[in-house]
Amino acid sequence: MTMKPLQIRSLNVAYQRKLVIWDADLSVESGRITAIVGPNGAGKSTLLKASLGLIPKASGEVLFFGGPLKKNRSRVAYVPQRESVDWDFPVSARDVVAMGLYRRIGWCLPVRSIHRRMAEEALADVGLGDLAQRQISQLSGGQQQRIFLARALAQKADLYLMDEPFASVDAATEQAILQVLHRLRDQGKTVVCVHHDLETVGSYFDDAILLNMRVVEQGPVSQVLTPENLRKTYGSRLSLLDEAVVELARPGSPNV
Amino acid sequence: MFDMETFWRVLSLQDHNTRIVLAGACVFGGAAGLVGMFLLLRKRSLLGDTIGHATLPGIAGAFLLAHTLGWNARSFIWLATGAAISGIAGMFAVLIIRKFSRIKDDASLAVVLGVFFGTGVALLSAIQQLPGGQAAGLENLIYGSAASMVTRDALFIFGSAIVVVFAGVFLFKEFSILCFDEAFASAAGWPVRTLDVLLMSGVVLVTVIGLQSVGILLTVALLVIPPTAARFWTDSLGKTAVISALNGSASAFVGVALSAVFPKMPTGAIIVLAAAFLFGCGFFFGTRRGLWSRFLIEWRAKERLENEHMLRAIFECSEFSGPAISHEAVLAKRPWNRNETTFLISRLAENGLVTVSPEADTIQLTRAGDIEARRLVRNHRLWELYLLNHADVAPSRVDRDADLIEHVLDPRLVEELECILENRAHFVPADPVGNPS
Repeated sequence: MTMKPLQIRSLNVAYQRKLVIWDADLSVESGRITAIVGPNGAGKSTLLKASLGLIPKASGEVLFFGGPLKKNRSRVAYVPQRESVDWDFPVSARDVVAMGLYRRIGWCLPVRSIHRRMAEEALADVGLGDLAQRQISQLSGGQQQRIFLARALAQKADLYLMDEPFASVDAATEQAILQVLHRLRDQGKTVVCVHHDLETVGSYFDDAILLNMRVVEQGPVSQVLTPENLRKTYGSRLSLLDEAVVELARPGSPNV
Repeated sequence: MFDMETFWRVLSLQDHNTRIVLAGACVFGGAAGLVGMFLLLRKRSLLGDTIGHATLPGIAGAFLLAHTLGWNARSFIWLATGAAISGIAGMFAVLIIRKFSRIKDDASLAVVLGVFFGTGVALLSAIQQLPGGQAAGLENLIYGSAASMVTRDALFIFGSAIVVVFAGVFLFKEFSILCFDEAFASAAGWPVRTLDVLLMSGVVLVTVIGLQSVGILLTVALLVIPPTAARFWTDSLGKTAVISALNGSASAFVGVALSAVFPKMPTGAIIVLAAAFLFGCGFFFGTRRGLWSRFLIEWRAKERLENEHMLRAIFECSEFSGPAISHEAVLAKRPWNRNETTFLISRLAENGLVTVSPEADTIQLTRAGDIEARRLVRNHRLWELYLLNHADVAPSRVDRDADLIEHVLDPRLVEELECILENRAHFVPADPVGNPS
């Protein structure tokens, strides 16, 4: 049996002791495009970050391809939110994409022409081959998003975790990203996207995970996207749960 | 005061000591510029300031300890060790406050800076109570005074700065990914915590070896001003690093050289003023973001815009009344006055885009002008159509909106527009290059 690319067991995550993710259990199927869907503040990005170890988890287990992240790090690529960096940074599009190759290049060694070529190939894959030399602040938002995607592509991973890749991008970028996702799926790779737009979940993705602090439902989109499930995810949160979270955050309460 | 002989001796590097001191200053300035660039890009400039201030209690403490034990309390290397220890302690204090409380970053920096510097001042006043005027010279480390630097100190500075420069060069790629996108770096498996500590250690080391030249209070200026100035000249990280290091190096050199000639001058202040001068040069004349280059770009763009509007006006007139058109027709086309119109037309004539016949008072597009005008009109109308049909812009506004965009449409975008608007293209004059009419 092949191992699931991503498996999360009873994951709890807290910011300043305030629970953001509550006992999440989920698994991502290999070779499929999965959306993590939920309202604002549901902990979608947090789920990705916590599973990648970017923020500490309170408890729970995250397995990549059946092992801890440390063992399989080279098989996992991460696409952060576009707003998370300063686009005024003095680098070109190609420089950013080359960052996806830094691990392969290794400590202290410089980026060589072969790596620059690889970066250019990744840029061409997202339709930005002719903008390699452009300083990154002179790119449109959609182009910046595609740069991030190209950087992940350059990593040649098996699992791609993307944080809102479709957030406020133009139609051309949306199509380019979709093409890339489909190409990845055709190659047997797995993609997980945090996604905010309910309307497009059905057409863009194979599977969906409905998340609102807890995992409400997961599975193929046709089965998951039922009115009942959406009401559970997007309807007002159980207010008792919210109050309990605040209580738990007080000093002196049991640690999560 | 001014002594021509000393001046020449310094400039011609005759003195062994002067040579070493100046070499140390140059490498130190370069190290500060390099590390400062990463500090700036990591948005930690104020942490640099806090670390600088946090070195004072270490200096005073080291002095007191040595004095009590009967060692040489004035040894720079001993004092620098104390400074490094308390600088690092200050850095960790910031990290600890950040981790274990909800105090915001700026507040925790201010708290640590204040508490450490205050402690240092209290210790200094205790030192001043000691018999025999022992404390003399310690205040030099606050404001910087390189005049008394001896060869051994200069060698220490030189060596430490070389270490920092090497670390900056060899870990260039690692530091840049840390500064640009920490989350990505961490997810890709880079030990961001370790890299951060290495970078901050570089800052501490630069601060410590800069005690004798820039001093505690102004260290942050030498860390931050050179990279900020470098940003005006380039958009590449490598070049920013080189320019920043050169700026820092030149500033430190000027400061230290001047204090070799005029021993009473405050070295730190001169270094910072030199850096500020270089910043000013970048601000006004920087080729990338300087005021002057921006002004030139705007000026040329304005000229081009006027030319293009005039060309389009002439073309549109000639669409109705044949190739030779009158001044009056052009005047009616746009809100220009007679003088402007005459001026713009003569400029187009200089560029060979139109010919003016004075006796008939008519204007006619040349072959080149016609090709250019067709391109512009085409862009304008394509964009108008796009706005009308695809962006739901009101018909009364499309002309004005298209006026702005037509000048920046590059061939790729025009091609896309043509695809989108394929079956409406008969509104648009044929592409002059493809099929000349």
